[in-house]
This record gives sequence, C-alpha cells and structure tokens, in this order.
Amino acid sequence: MRVPLSWLREYVDLPAGVTGRDVQAKLISAGLEVETVEQLGAGLKGPLVVGRVLTIEELEGFKKPIRFCTVDVGDANSTGEPQEIVCGARNFAVGDLVVVVLPGGVLPGDFQIAARKTYGHTSHGMICSARELGMGDDHDGIIVLPPGSEPGADAIGLLELVDEVLDIAVTPDRGYCLSLRGIAREAAIAYGVPLRDPALLDVPAHNGEGYPVRIADPEGCDRFTARTVTGLDPEATSPIWLQRRLQKVGMRPISLTVDIANYVMFELGQPLHTYDRTRIAGAIGVRRAQPGEKLTTLDGAERVLDAEDLVITDDKGPIGLAGVMGGAHTEITDGGSTDVVIEAAHFAPIPIARTSRRHKLGSEASRRFERGTDPLTTSAAAQRTVDLLVGLAGGTAEPGVTEIASPAGPRTIAMPADHPDRVAGTEYGRETVVRRLQEIGCDVAGSDDLTVTVPSWRPDLSYPNDLAEEVIRLEGYENLPSTLPQPPAGRGLTESQLLRRRVGRALAGAGYVEAPSYPFVGAEAFDQLGLDEGDERRRTVRLANPLDDTEPALRTTLLPGLLGTLRRNSGRGAHDLALFETGLVFLPAAEQTAPPRLPVDRRPTDEEIAALEAALPDQPRRVGAVLAGARELPGWWGAGHTASWADAVEAARTVAREAGVDLTVRAGQYAPFHPGRCAVLSAGEQVVGHAGELHPRVTKAFGVPERTCAMEIDLDLVEAAGGARAEGPRVSTFPVATQDVALVVDADVPAADVEAALRAGAGELLESVRLFDIFTGPQIGEGRKSLAYALRFRAADRTLTAEEASAARDSAVASAAGRTHATLRGA
Amino acid sequence: MSAPNKSYDPVEVEALKPDAIERMRTDALAAIAAAGDLEALTHVKTAHTGGGSPLALANREIGALPPQAKAEAGKRVGQARGAVNQALAARQAELEAERDARVLVEEAVDVTLPYDRRPAGARHPLTTLSERIEDIFTAMGYEVAEGPEVEAEWFNFDALNFPPDHPARETQDTFFVEGRGGSGESGVVLRTHTSPVQIRALLERELPVYVIAPGRVYRSDELDATHTPVFAQVELLAVDEGLTMADLKGTLDHMVVSLFGEGMTTRLRPNHFPFTEPSAEMDMLCYVCRGDSVGNPDRPCRTCSSEGWIELGGCGVVNPRVLTACGVDPEKYSGFAFGFGIERMLMFRHNVEDMRDIVEGDVRFTLPFGMEI
Repeated sequence: MRVPLSWLREYVDLPAGVTGRDVQAKLISAGLEVETVEQLGAGLKGPLVVGRVLTIEELEGFKKPIRFCTVDVGDANSTGEPQEIVCGARNFAVGDLVVVVLPGGVLPGDFQIAARKTYGHTSHGMICSARELGMGDDHDGIIVLPPGSEPGADAIGLLELVDEVLDIAVTPDRGYCLSLRGIAREAAIAYGVPLRDPALLDVPAHNGEGYPVRIADPEGCDRFTARTVTGLDPEATSPIWLQRRLQKVGMRPISLTVDIANYVMFELGQPLHTYDRTRIAGAIGVRRAQPGEKLTTLDGAERVLDAEDLVITDDKGPIGLAGVMGGAHTEITDGGSTDVVIEAAHFAPIPIARTSRRHKLGSEASRRFERGTDPLTTSAAAQRTVDLLVGLAGGTAEPGVTEIASPAGPRTIAMPADHPDRVAGTEYGRETVVRRLQEIGCDVAGSDDLTVTVPSWRPDLSYPNDLAEEVIRLEGYENLPSTLPQPPAGRGLTESQLLRRRVGRALAGAGYVEAPSYPFVGAEAFDQLGLDEGDERRRTVRLANPLDDTEPALRTTLLPGLLGTLRRNSGRGAHDLALFETGLVFLPAAEQTAPPRLPVDRRPTDEEIAALEAALPDQPRRVGAVLAGARELPGWWGAGHTASWADAVEAARTVAREAGVDLTVRAGQYAPFHPGRCAVLSAGEQVVGHAGELHPRVTKAFGVPERTCAMEIDLDLVEAAGGARAEGPRVSTFPVATQDVALVVDADVPAADVEAALRAGAGELLESVRLFDIFTGPQIGEGRKSLAYALRFRAADRTLTAEEASAARDSAVASAAGRTHATLRGA
Repeated sequence: MSAPNKSYDPVEVEALKPDAIERMRTDALAAIAAAGDLEALTHVKTAHTGGGSPLALANREIGALPPQAKAEAGKRVGQARGAVNQALAARQAELEAERDARVLVEEAVDVTLPYDRRPAGARHPLTTLSERIEDIFTAMGYEVAEGPEVEAEWFNFDALNFPPDHPARETQDTFFVEGRGGSGESGVVLRTHTSPVQIRALLERELPVYVIAPGRVYRSDELDATHTPVFAQVELLAVDEGLTMADLKGTLDHMVVSLFGEGMTTRLRPNHFPFTEPSAEMDMLCYVCRGDSVGNPDRPCRTCSSEGWIELGGCGVVNPRVLTACGVDPEKYSGFAFGFGIERMLMFRHNVEDMRDIVEGDVRFTLPFGMEI
C-alpha cells in the first residue's frame, strides 16, 4: 500500500516538520512494515510553469518530426514575451495548456535545463512529459493540462510534484491498512492526535426507490449498497489532484468515473464497482454461478465459471465476478456512460479468495475482500462516490437508495483486564489496556473482566490474544522486558543426533567435504545411473508444481545430487575430490493414500494421526559419498594413490564404525556400479548400502571423471543394527606371538572368506589378523593368488609357548584349507 | 709373564722406575690427545691400555719387586693408568659429541616442505552452524526435535492456524506433492517451514515442552544471490505455564549473545503470523557496526546497510488455537516460538555475499569452515 504523505495529512494533523522517515519510524514501531519512503520530486527546481501553446511550426528535414513552438508562460520568463521552445512530441495543439521548464530549472535526475541550439533554433526551455517530471512512466507524450490554469502559474505546486510516499507491506491480518483511512488511524494513534475519519458521512437510508438488488447468497454477500448517478458530463476528465493521488498510490488514471471509484477504494478501503446503467438488464443479483456459465471479464478473458464462484448478475446472466472483477459488457466506457449504478458491497473473504485463485485473477478489490473489508463502510463509500461524481462530473444523484444488509450484531470478546499483562510479561494496568483498545476503535465495558466490542473494520480481532497484541504493539514491543525462562533439565542430544554428528566428523576427518544438494530429480538422472525400467528407485514422490519440469520428483538416492556437485567442482578445475552428503531420500508408499482433513479445534486422535502419517512417504536418512582423482597426492614423500573402490568401501565402513557396526562386505552387481567392482554392504543379514567404482557408462553420462567411486548407506538401518555399548577389553600384558602365513587360493575366492576362516580356526588366542600382501605370478600358478597374513596370538594369563602359537596357527590354516581350499604357500 | 723373582735388585727394574712410568703416561696422554677420531682413539686405547701396552707390562712387573717396593710402584703405576683411562674417557666423549653433532647436521631436513599428502575434509557450514545453535539451547535444557521434510498439510498449515484459503497460505510459495492420478490435491507438501515440528513436538512430548528444531525447508523460489528453494531453518518452541513475550525476548537476547558476543541484543517489531499471536519480526543489532552507522554517513555499514539492525526471522507468543489443535489447554499453558533461516545467519555471521556459494557445494567454499563453526 502506497501512502502519499500529503494525502495522509488530510486526515491526521501530523506535527509540522514531520518527514516521511519520521512517520515511517512511528508506523514501524506500531507494527506496519513501511518498506521505503519514496521522495517524489527530489532535486526538482523551477521555474516550472504552466504554458499555453501559441504557435506550432512543423520543422521538416529531420529524422523525426520536430516542432518549433511559441508558448505563453505569463511573466515567468520575466519578459512576458512568448517563449521559443523546440519539442519532439506531437500530442498537443495550439491553445493547449502544457508544463514548461525554463532555463535554470532542474528536473529529477539532475537534468539541468539551459537555452540550447537544436534543429536550427534556440530552445529556451522544454515542454515536459510525465516521465520527465517523475510522475509515472505510463505516458510517452507531454502533459496536456485540463483547462483552468493560468499561464505562468507554478506547476510544481499545481502537479503536487514534491511529496513523500510511504510503501507499506500490509500483512494479511490488517486488511484495514489497505486504505488511507486505516493508515491514518494508525498514524493518529502513533502521534496521539485525532483522526478525521473520511467514512463519517451522512448517508441516506434504504428507501425502496433505488436500483433493485436481489441477494440469493447472503452468506457470500451480507451487505450491498446501490446508488445511481445520472447525467454525467461525458467530456469531464479527472482533475489534476485526483490523477496525481492515483498516480502516487500506483494506479493509472483511466476515466473520471473509474478514477473516482478507485480513489474512494484507496481512501476508504471499500472496493466499488460502477455499471453503465443502460447496459444492465433488470435487477442486479448476487448468487453462486451455475457450473459452465461464462463471463468475459474486464481484462477481455472469457472465463468458465465454477459453482463456487460468487457472481453479480442481471436478467441475462453474470455481469461480474463478485469482488474480483467486473464483466466487459457492463463496463463504463470513456465518455460514453452518462448514467451509472454504483455497487458497494461486502463479500465474504473465503469465496473471493477461492475465486481469485481459481481464475488466477487478483485485483485491488479481491486483495481487500480476501483480507476482510469493513461491512459498515459500504454506504459511506457509495455516498463518497456519489458526491465526487456529482461534484466532478456534473451528475445528479438519484434519490433512490438500495441498502441490503443481513442482520449482524457487533462482535464482542471477553477478556480479563490483565490478560495483555500476562501475555507480555509486564504490567500495563487496566487503564492503559482500556485506553489502547479504545484507540483502535473498540468499545470496552467491565472492570476486571472486560467485554470488548471490536470495530467493524477489524475482522482479524477474535480472541483475547488478538487484543493483547494490539495493546502490546501500541505500548511498544521495544519496551518489553527481557527475561529468561527456566526449562526443566534436558537430556541432550539423542543417540541418533549424536551419531549424525559423529558420522559427519569422521568423514570430514577422513578428507571428505560435506556437500548437501537439492533433492529434485528427473527421469534423466535415473537413466544416467543406468537403472532398469523396473528399478524400485524410479518410483518417486512427485511434485505438482516443480520449479523445473525436467526435475519433478524427489530423490530416492543421494548419488545424482552428489555426482552433480562432483561435476561442478571438477568443471571448476578441482581434480582430487571427496564429497559426502547426509540427507533424506523419499520413498513412496506402495499405495498412495490421501491424508484425512483433520479438525483443529481439538487434539486429533492417535488413529487420525496415524492416518496422516500413513499418507507420507518413507523418508530414511542416507549417507552418500563420491570420490575421484587422488585420494593421496604424490609429492616429495613419494607416490600417491588414486581414489578407488576400496576407498569407497572404507567410507561406508567409517560411517558404520561410528554406529558401532562392523559391515559385512560381499561382491554384488547393482547399478550404478561397475559390475566387477561393487560391494554389497550388510549389517548382519540386512543390506544397508553399496559401494564401489561407478560403471564407465555412468561416469560418462554424468560427465564426471573416469573411475569415479561412490558409496551410499542407509544411516537409519545402520543405527538400528548398532547401538551396543563398547565393552571395556581386558588388556593382557603378556608378550605377543606373531605368526605369518601365506595361503594360496583360487583367484575368485574372496579375501573376506579366507580371513573369516582363519579367525574361526585360530581360536581364542588370536588377537588380530591382518592381510599384508597379495601375490600372483607363475610361482603361484594360473588362476591362483597368494594371501599373506600376519596372525598375532596372545593369552590373557600367561606367556604363550612356541608350541601353543604354532598349534593355533595350524588350526587357523586348517580351517582356511577346509573352507576355502587354501594351501600353505611352499607347502 | 715373568715368574716371581727370588733374587732381585729392585733398583735394577727399569720399567718401574719413576721416570719410566712418567714417560709412559706422558706418551699415552699425548697419543690420546692426538687421536683425531673415534677410530684412532680405539687404536690409541689398545696401544696404551691394552694387554701389551707399556703400562700393562709395567703393572705386571710389580709382582717381581721386593715387598717393600711393591706399594710405591703399584701406586705409581695405578695413578698413571687412572690418568690415562680418564683421559681416554674424556676424549671418547669429546669425539662422540663431535661425531653426533656432525651426523645430526647431516641429517637435517627442510621442515618447511609442504605436506598435503591427504587433502583435508570439512563439514558444511550450514550443518555446523545449525549444531552450534542447537548446542546453545541444549545447554539451557532444550531438546532437539525433528520432523519429516515431506509433510502433511495439516501439520504444515491447518494445525498452525493457517485457515484453508487464507491469504497467508498463499504467501508460502508451497511445493505441493502430486496426488493420485497427477492431481495437485494430495494434502501433502514439502514443508515450507520448520514450524510443523512445533505441532509434532506438542503431540508427542510431555509438557512442558522446550525444543529446538533445525531442518531443511522448501519454498518455490528460484535460486539467486539471496534466495534458494531449499534452505535450512531453526525453530524454537517453548510451552509451559506462565511463559510470556518477555521470556521470548530474553531467549532471543541470549541466543544472539551466544552467537555474536557480549553487548548483542534483539529488537521486536509487530508482524503477523497465523501461528503466533502476538507476532513479531525479530531483528538483531548489527554485529559489525553495533548501530554506530545509523545517521553516520562517514561510517557506512555494508552488513546492515546502515540500518543498525539485521532482520532475523519471525517469532511470537504461540497462538492459543495452535495449543488447542494439539490438545494443550491454553488456559493453563502458554508459549513462545521463533524461526529463522540458517543461510541468512551464515551470510552475515561469516560475511558470505552470495547464496549460490552456500548451495552449490564448491569445496573451495566449504573447506575453510572446517569441523566446527
């Protein structure tokens, strides 16, 4: 809502010298979000005067038509002689009143005016356009003033060029602030001065002689005022002050009748509609539309109506979308409509909001009705419109007045007088509470328990806390004390929250950089991952209104996001990359159910909550990692090593270790991984994720470096599998006995199986087993490999003898021989 | 070795004459002093203290002396051998020290060599800043509450007192989940704020409730320098008997002091949110200029545009209708809540200029933030 300070002052006697910035600060403190204060005419300097065009000489031979004019500027040029001015605009004629800036003047934007030679003549000044004067940029030509001004008169004052305009973002609860009347009320309270309420007009009562109106839907429209003005002068145009005020609030002047309706809307907050009476057939009606009915609205669009749409009708059908936009047929035509019917109605917010949304049609009117207008202002607004039409357009008000109103009593709220104190945590006292409530227009009765009758323009006030807010904001939020409550002792972070932090630290400690990505994906990402048509990961939660139509779904895997981030980094010149992300994936339920519409006037039952939860997709938390380039860099210390599938598996193990889970790894084939370099990761029997090198087609499709490796693991499953507290080990101080064994097995025997067999056979004395070398070659034989293990044995209670250690080793080897057909190398 | 001498003339034993012993000693000491390295010293040691050395031989001759001469000769030889051994040890230590010093010098390295063998990792500052805020409140007794990112409209809107068709819903730029058959009426949305966690906390927890709820939220804004469709918020909810707006103010003040240091404070401005009443916009004092830039054109502040205050987010007293929807008696309990965006906080706490740097995952952005923020 744009509020010109000059207009505001009409209703509030602001102290002399108060600036827009001052008013801004006061209104902000009272709760209005005044975003900017625009300084109109800043830097403007005269002489800027009214001129009358005396002669026009068309200059030929230039690229565009140019006029050499003489203009009567009265005594403003101190000679009284006609002023010679060259002008490029053509929308004026001899005898027109125009706005002239004389040499020495300065226009907005520090545009200095001096006499200058141009097109073969000397131009002593300039004939101005609206844009050049900072009045708005809706017109290309120069300003032609309506008759009535004297040449030489000061145009800065005449056009009200210097002003300040507050721009206020009005919150949805304060519909009354979408009017000068509402803002003036707040300003009056803020400055402690009286308000001259522009809605306080004498209005005639319903007399049965007015234009007939029938309301079939009193729920949707509980008030309707209709007035008629006839004999409007078709030549009458909006006076300068009216046009200027509309321009300043951001409306384009259109025609006198429409301008007046808009003016009254901005003044009082009541949207109005004017109909050309000659084009309405019979009584005006208000009802819901019949499905399939059509209406062409003022914007020229033909709209198919919905049964919920509230419409204004005449005998032939809909003539307007109530409270949103009028119909084209009954439109006031510029200069053609001499008899008009004025509609000032109160429509219920919800139907207007729905209609506006359904037809994607917002208007100044719908914005106000959606937020709730003052139902008691319809007759004053109609009267104000009548007065202006009579005064400015020479019309005659018909005596007939239609005033239809559903009976409605004033709304009251019961509130203990100390309620605002208890909400604020400070003491205002009853007297202050009552005074503040009266200032906003409430009637207050009672002593300890107040009965507060709220004003008609405040539909947002319904509960005691609403009233408390009014008191607290007017007393100043800045004056609230600052106290700290004492919560009961808390239990700190949950195990799950702690785990998430540990995982992040462990991966970052291992050289990974956290890179959260957007969860939006499209089919292309799944194709790039090489997923089969039937892959479960292609079943997604989809958005009805995605930002990007190519990414309409939510991720079912973290990898596309991570690979996108890897590609971006790689494209920016980074080569050695290790990234991770912890986040949710979204897995739709087998059968999508619609959540029930639950009430809000009580706690839902457990069954109702369960039904809501059932409508949501499963949202497990995953950890993913991708890596490419060097995991360890080469340098003066020696060789580095390239990130490999093994690093990816280790990243998964790092995650699992933080949850106290020892992952079981086996080979598998799973997109998007290289079929020979993919590890299936399990916690116990539960598969929790995969790791390995990506399939070459996948790295190509994503545009990431060849041999990029990745892992993804379900943190929820890992967490569920872990959780056992670590047991403090008994540390033996007896010496260790080390035995190395080299076992030869078939090349396709997994090392994990050999190690498991060794562990199983070695018995309790085994402290650790470590694979320290793998050897293949002719000495071992084709299709065979040699695995060298270091076995460490130790007893808790004694020094092991060489025989004991050897026996344990032999048992381990025997177990490996039995399970994996391993033979001792060299044996 | 000589056999004991039965017929002797002590004066006649040359080797044990005092001047002979003295000569042996002098020779030995001279040789020790002349030994240039440890190897030479080993030879000198053998030559002057070994079994065949003159002093060792002289020592052996003592037995052949008459008893009355033994003591004196023994003393003389002993003293000479002691002196030689002492000199040897001293020279040995001296030469070893020389050698060690030389070797350690030879082993010296350039300790300024860079060592970036294993590139460093880092956690994302949104994560760590969120944790830092959680920690401020868990230290006060709050617990960390969570909820799903794909959320039922009832949690995201209805229970938070957003009436259906109310303009306030329209302000949220909501992503709607597609319903069955591609309809937009699924009743499920990407949560537009962390406030639905308020509802979940009130439904799930025993009163009083003091929770902080960080999480990802979604609004259908295009990514630009100041907007992102996916961002992080932190929500706070306290519901207890007798909580007031002053408690809200105090809690906010405590938070900004914890995050930005002593002297920081907050300011509340009236605003409107359906789920709080009264509602407020919360600003914090500009932590850079501390308000000094206001009306002071000589010292403009880029952080707050010389406003003196930085807008943080929304807050207020929990609307009693929200309590009612959660089955909490608003006559007995009251509460306060606030929520703000972590990205914004990160931008001004760490002087980040462009939102895109936060969301794009460029490692050059994230690495300097390390493990904690």
